[in-house]
Amino acid sequence: MARIMGVELPANKKCFVALTYIYGIGKTRAMEILKNTGVDMNKRVKDLTDEEVNKITKYIQDHFKVEGELRAEVNRNIKRLIDIGCYRGVRHKLGLPVRGQSTRHNARTRKGPRPSRIKTKKKKEQAV
Amino acid sequence: MSRSKKKGPYVDPKLLKKIRMLNETGEKKIIKTWSRASTIVPEMVGHTIAVHNGLKHIPIYITENMVGHRLGEFALTRRFGGHADKKAASKGQVK
Repeated sequence: MARIMGVELPANKKCFVALTYIYGIGKTRAMEILKNTGVDMNKRVKDLTDEEVNKITKYIQDHFKVEGELRAEVNRNIKRLIDIGCYRGVRHKLGLPVRGQSTRHNARTRKGPRPSRIKTKKKKEQAV
Repeated sequence: MSRSKKKGPYVDPKLLKKIRMLNETGEKKIIKTWSRASTIVPEMVGHTIAVHNGLKHIPIYITENMVGHRLGEFALTRRFGGHADKKAASKGQVK
């Protein structure tokens, strides 16, 4: 069991896959990390030595913003857009697509699940 | 594709001239403009610019955070108050 950058505990996977479980690290970065730290990318996480884990942790800390810090940055950027009241901020606030996609149909990733018919009917009855 | 750096940010020349005049005299006046495509440059910070939204001019107070955005981003051109009969329900879901 290896614990890198807080709560990450990927177990039986090859380590380049396991590293992508960290928020902010995808395949490209995982490969880069393993290449530059000299760790074999096909090694399973459980076979990693403590030394290798420390090397990887250090490399990530020195080069990338990951997990909480990265999430905070993303949220800060969104909050900035909302605060200055620009179009993108408004779209974020309304929970609609931000980059000019059509909303006549679909757009379900941003809008979330369709409001169900039955629920709205029930609500109306309650209101009456 | 983004704009070439060589050219610098696009700002309507007339608008820029008016802003510079205001900066020289130290006045604060609302400037009406139709130039929604103009980039907000640091010189505009602190001024109020009324940006046309197709119907009327919306006054916008320029803050430091807005530099680099376009004027049109702050004057919305569409009006949508939600669907009439579902208004109450949808409001509840948003919050």
